[in-house]
Amino acid sequence: MKTREPLQVLGRLYVPYANWVGETTSQFLCELRDKRRLRGTGCSECGKVFMPPRSVCPTCLASLETWVDLPTTGLLMTYTSVHYSFGREYQPMDPPYLLGIIRLDGADTGLCHFLGETSFEELRVGMKVEAVFKENREGNILDIAYFRPIKAAS
Amino acid sequence: MARRTAIVGVGQTFHRSRRPDVHIGELCAEAVKAALEDAEIHVRDIQAFVTGNMELFEGRYVQDMWLADWIGAVGKPGIRVTTGGTTGGTLASVAFELVASGLYDLVLAVGFEKQFEGDTRAGLKTVADPLWIRWQTTGAIGYFSRQARYYMKETGAPEEAGAMVRVRLAAHARNNPHAHLRLDLESVEEVLKSPYLIPPLRQLDMCPTSEGACAIVVASEERAARMARRPVWVKDWTSVHKEAIYVRGGRHSVADLEMAASRLFRRNGIQKPMEEISVAEIYAPSTWAELEWLEAYGFCEKGTAWRLEEKGVFYWNREFPVNPSGGVVCTNPIGATGLIRVAEVALQLRGDAGPRQISRKPTLGFSSAWGGSGWTVAHLLSSSKD
Repeated sequence: MKTREPLQVLGRLYVPYANWVGETTSQFLCELRDKRRLRGTGCSECGKVFMPPRSVCPTCLASLETWVDLPTTGLLMTYTSVHYSFGREYQPMDPPYLLGIIRLDGADTGLCHFLGETSFEELRVGMKVEAVFKENREGNILDIAYFRPIKAAS
Repeated sequence: MARRTAIVGVGQTFHRSRRPDVHIGELCAEAVKAALEDAEIHVRDIQAFVTGNMELFEGRYVQDMWLADWIGAVGKPGIRVTTGGTTGGTLASVAFELVASGLYDLVLAVGFEKQFEGDTRAGLKTVADPLWIRWQTTGAIGYFSRQARYYMKETGAPEEAGAMVRVRLAAHARNNPHAHLRLDLESVEEVLKSPYLIPPLRQLDMCPTSEGACAIVVASEERAARMARRPVWVKDWTSVHKEAIYVRGGRHSVADLEMAASRLFRRNGIQKPMEEISVAEIYAPSTWAELEWLEAYGFCEKGTAWRLEEKGVFYWNREFPVNPSGGVVCTNPIGATGLIRVAEVALQLRGDAGPRQISRKPTLGFSSAWGGSGWTVAHLLSSSKD
């Protein structure tokens, strides 16, 4: 039999979710929201400081119960510029925007975030950056608006 | 099995409707750590990991990608298993195969679900064929209501029969510190006050939606000899797949359950399952399914399970203990549910089940997992090597 007309089944699924972030991350986000404070967790077995904070060490599965106060400053480990438009519902803002991985001073791991008050040309791996907080914070990692380069005192 | 294979450690979390204290990674870490502790080994000893849950139930796919970071699996071989309702059973099967094949000597399997986090309707919709079935499905309650009605009609069982199952399972769950629903249901009358979901299925007849995880450690014979716990041997396992609507000719069917159990019993020389098997942990999402499926597995004649229930023979301290853990009707974190069945049988065969330990001397255990509307995984575990 010859196929006269290939037909399709069309549909669209609605997939809402509300993932608990857990006690450790909740505590971190509350302090970020209420006190603009960034804290990591430390592993007493392997000595690492995790930022974002974790409750379980990825290497030895030890429970991480020690909180470590971290400054809002850190080093830019790597960065990129986003131009590709993926659909507004799948992107936090319309491109172009800058993303970087920042290792806060005193932490051993990196946090991915926006870079602002700067340009792609100005960015350098290893440059000092600091967090700029939003005025209205909701208990989300995007309560940090972005990280910006720390300008040398003039 | 190609090589002798044993369960040498089991662990599970506590189960609740909501576990806001932990995210999915932390939940799995809890079960993994419990299993490692039970086995008295370090996570670095594990050579390969098997992880799984019900796709999309938390609005997420391919969760093993980031889960490795929370269960000590970074850099190690791993396989994700997502066979729907049977996931937990298949997790055990895959772990058994990885060891039996000679590939690894020590494998960990972990299953989980956080049902409250997503819209399970979306996940269930993706299961069904989009052209023929998806538009008509409404989830599990309709299916199990029809199943209950069918069982009553075929066997003449009164409404009290389902309630008797519920009273037994409540008594069992009260013995199990891990169970989700530990209700003080003492009488059939109390159960019959429960509201109908869809008649004749009542709320108390149906499983809850739970958040929790379970893990097991599986070892080769050689490795098992050096482990802290008494090994529980994997005698055999099988699975049967079918999508009911295409093959049942419009009638209710339990052919998958029948095929899986009869195959397993036949090739292991089991002629009188209820006498030869000491304990069964079966994946039955409702009280009525438990009755019908005990018959489908061949433990008793068609139409007789509710009569045996009436006599109390399925209680943990009686002739044929069924779901001494309280079963799926008391605890149902989907991706973990099938694995909990395996873990509970292992505990029984080890004699480590605490207050829920069966009175009968355990030698052989049966566990099952079920999903879709016709997918069964079944395991036979043994306290002795041969």
